Amino acid sequence: MKNNSQQPTILPIKKIVQETPAIKTYTFEHKLGAEPGQFVMLWIPRVDQKPISISRQTDSSFDLSVFKVGKATEALFDMKEGDKVGISGPYGRGFNIEPKKNIVLVGGGCGSAPLRMLGEEAEKAGCKVTFITGAQTSKDVLFKDALSDTCITTDDGSAGFKGFTTQKLAEILTENKDTDKVYTCGPEVMMKGVVDVCAKHKISCEISMERYMKCGFGICGQCAVDPLGICICKAGPVFSGEMAAKITEFGQYHRDKAGVKHEL
Amino acid sequence: MNTKITFLGKEFANSIVTASGILGVTGATMVNNVKEKGVGGVTMKSVSVEPREGHPNPTITTGEHFMINAVGLSNAGVENSVKEIKYYKENCQAPLIASVFAGDIKEFGEVTKKISEASPDFIEVNISCPNVEDEFGKPFAADPQLATAVTKIVKENTDIKVIVKLSPNVENIGKIAQAVEAAGADAICAVNTFNGTLIDVRTREFVLHNKFGGVSGPAIKPMAVKAVYDISQAVKIPIIGTGGVTTGQDVLEMMLAGATLVGVGSGVHFGGGKDVFKNMMGEIKEIMEEEGIEDLMEMIGGVKSDD
Repeated sequence: MKNNSQQPTILPIKKIVQETPAIKTYTFEHKLGAEPGQFVMLWIPRVDQKPISISRQTDSSFDLSVFKVGKATEALFDMKEGDKVGISGPYGRGFNIEPKKNIVLVGGGCGSAPLRMLGEEAEKAGCKVTFITGAQTSKDVLFKDALSDTCITTDDGSAGFKGFTTQKLAEILTENKDTDKVYTCGPEVMMKGVVDVCAKHKISCEISMERYMKCGFGICGQCAVDPLGICICKAGPVFSGEMAAKITEFGQYHRDKAGVKHEL
Repeated sequence: MNTKITFLGKEFANSIVTASGILGVTGATMVNNVKEKGVGGVTMKSVSVEPREGHPNPTITTGEHFMINAVGLSNAGVENSVKEIKYYKENCQAPLIASVFAGDIKEFGEVTKKISEASPDFIEVNISCPNVEDEFGKPFAADPQLATAVTKIVKENTDIKVIVKLSPNVENIGKIAQAVEAAGADAICAVNTFNGTLIDVRTREFVLHNKFGGVSGPAIKPMAVKAVYDISQAVKIPIIGTGGVTTGQDVLEMMLAGATLVGVGSGVHFGGGKDVFKNMMGEIKEIMEEEGIEDLMEMIGGVKSDD
């Protein structure tokens, strides 16, 4: 990509995998050079363009795991291998990996997507990774087998631990006193719970926030959060637990594409 | 050395303001622009009576030397925007310029009256957005009579000083400037973005969802400086000069052409992100020192000419 240019790079979809009834993974053959936790803007011509996190990366390819949630993702779900989309980025600040640490990843639903890439990169950096991936039922669980040490949680108990990811995290942190850091991505109320559990156990954590984005590169101000006024797309989407505590709207409310506030 | 600027009786810490549509959706962002980034004043994103979602993405993209956008005037509506302005006023002293727009003359009066409840320091009237033509037709800024009518109704509905934002997509911007001055405008902001588009070669698709958009960024600076100069020769009221300003030197150039304040928009991206305003001010002070300029106000309209 040229200096300063955010114009989308057009890439054909190399491979599509149906992960769960509502999540598909799209593979692209392109050296993206992203950090775990960064995102791309995915353009579907004449439909929309959305921020999507990166679930896997190799030297010559990257994966996007997408939850079907609205018009843009529905259009993407109708696309076939070989169809072209536009990719801009990678954007934002990702997760910080410290080598050789004991870490726990807590993913809720499609929030497990960026954690898979993080987990793989952290393992390469010599970390011992425990991955909690939670969903409502067994068929909704994302990345059951992606990382070696994976705990599944389901709300209805149809697979793995019956209950919330936060309960499983509390259990792990109580048992394993040598956990150095926790990373989380998922529904904001869940992440708020993770931050609280970590605070109770005095363990540092990083969260990945989501807000409605327009530009993706810190100019329009659409994804700014209260009361800091910083843009999620540029200063985030990953924040430390301490920063999350300063973002008072975290776990409370968000603004829609018009800028109108809604409670979470 | 003085870098303070007095504009329509209010003091700005420096001559740089954020342009409308840039980091101006929430009160907290605008506070951040002043307190963390060092801008002299802020302009809020344009507000209408009712909330608007704007166009689908892509709404903003860039090339190497330009930015193009068709956000489509998304905003939370005047009622929510009043709250954002109040938050700003409680947390920040630097002047705030509210920005309003409407689809018809009567609604311009209504939105002006409502935004005035928040007591912004100034009200900018956006009659020049190029990205909603399908919905509203040609911008009001393209016609001196319509520009006059909007300016008049806005003035009738507020006691706050009014800045009218003009479009460069006209034959004679000086004439439009004279029309709004005669209608009672207290200042002019120029220029809004230039009409443009961007086509992707691989997919043969328009990149912007709206097909067409407004071009800003370094590529438009010479045209914007000329427009500001032309306006300064045509009217007596002060000007906020904007268009492609990326460096401190650009700020001074815009001031020499006739601008009292200088709006920075896509320059936030091209000029280095969050440090852009501090970098600009550093460069301005350096040039002031080297050239023995005591007061930044000296630069306004200071270009040499025998005319």
